[in-house]
Amino acid sequence: MDWRWDFTFDVVIPRLWEAAGVTVYATVASFLLALVGGLILMLLKTSKNRMVSFAVTEFIELIRATPLLVQIFFLFFLLPEVGITLPPLTSGIIAIALYNSTLCAEVYRAGLQAVPRGQWEAAMALNLSTYRTFRRIIIPQSLPPIVPALGNYLIAIFKETPLLSFVAVGEIMHASKLIGSEYYRFTEAVTIAGVFFLVMSLVSAQLVRLVETYLQRSIQR
Amino acid sequence: MAGRIIAVVALTAFLCGISFATFSELRIFLPAMLRGAVVTLQVSILSAVLFIVMSFLAGIAKDSGTRLVRWLAIGYIEVFRGTSLLVQLFWLYFVLPEFGIVLSPMMAGVLGVGLNFGAYGAEIVRGAMLAVPRGQQEASVALNLSDRACLIRIVIPQAVVVMIPGMTNLTIELIKATALVSAVTLVDITYASVQQNQLHYRTLEIFTITVMLYYCFAQFIRFGGSALEDRFSRHLRRGH
Repeated sequence: MDWRWDFTFDVVIPRLWEAAGVTVYATVASFLLALVGGLILMLLKTSKNRMVSFAVTEFIELIRATPLLVQIFFLFFLLPEVGITLPPLTSGIIAIALYNSTLCAEVYRAGLQAVPRGQWEAAMALNLSTYRTFRRIIIPQSLPPIVPALGNYLIAIFKETPLLSFVAVGEIMHASKLIGSEYYRFTEAVTIAGVFFLVMSLVSAQLVRLVETYLQRSIQR
Repeated sequence: MAGRIIAVVALTAFLCGISFATFSELRIFLPAMLRGAVVTLQVSILSAVLFIVMSFLAGIAKDSGTRLVRWLAIGYIEVFRGTSLLVQLFWLYFVLPEFGIVLSPMMAGVLGVGLNFGAYGAEIVRGAMLAVPRGQQEASVALNLSDRACLIRIVIPQAVVVMIPGMTNLTIELIKATALVSAVTLVDITYASVQQNQLHYRTLEIFTITVMLYYCFAQFIRFGGSALEDRFSRHLRRGH
């Protein structure tokens, strides 16, 4: 094995650093979309209308039972056929967001169900408005289980972004593949990409843990 | 449950039937996709075996009394959970040859997927073993059982019940993750359908079939999981 440090520092790290921006952008954008999408799916799933809730439940099942990569390809190839031309990055973000919003929907639902029924009844007995019930009673109590789970999904999304390299989005994995095929040296590029992911996910796991303890304390106060 | 099995079998039969009868175009690209499905199945089965073995090894090792074994398990779990599967597959296939280890695409795919999911499974196995009441271990000490006998005959059988739902979910995730092995030049369903799509431009049909095939695989695992759960929790229901 020969590892070339000059190659690592002159070529690999600068190019991966540029690509890291795209990875972070894709992660944040699809996480935010997934947060909102999950809320919508959860509301639709718990809808009073039987048809709506059945359709949404089956839709969530279908999305969860199929690989994200297939969904990315599906959107990437299908959208242009129906006349919607999006850049690969956008369609990739939409695919990741859609996939993760089905997961987030479950997280929200579990969080809300963890609030004891008596809390709702007590809020009603105290004649609180719906807004105040949610703002003061329900949401603060459902946050502790929700936030760590969402944080884990943020890390999961981060590790899913390399899939976008299949549709030629210039994120880290794509950059390291390109370096590999240009110089025919995969060792440095792929290893540095791996180290980047390892460091980033360890750091963000720590951050999630911090937020979790902060939240626990601020609610107990 | 029986209804769902029938529904999934019917769906599979429908997909097979559709290929030979209804649309003449499907006849052109379906054989290639089914060949891909066979590769996906092979990778799934082999890597599922590796996944289960690794989750037990690492899950047990993480609570081992020996510090070295414990650190090895923690290192394995953190490295394979912290980097993404695609990076690991690339590393196994393109970087390992630099160290003189050349893997076939199939080997690299199976190793990558199996080791990656083994790291996630280790936590489930460990959690399940912690869920076995401590009294059980104390009782086996009192009965003068060896550590190994305690682990194999007392703790693991009781932990298996707890870990089945989590392991079932992970197995479904594993089947979905095999879609990534196309990165190491294996022609699985996903890669086959991308190829066929580039040849024939029937995006909707091709990808709908792909999605449905994965859905069927996932449903079979789910039935298998709940059947296993029934079998292993039988002793809990007895006498009630």
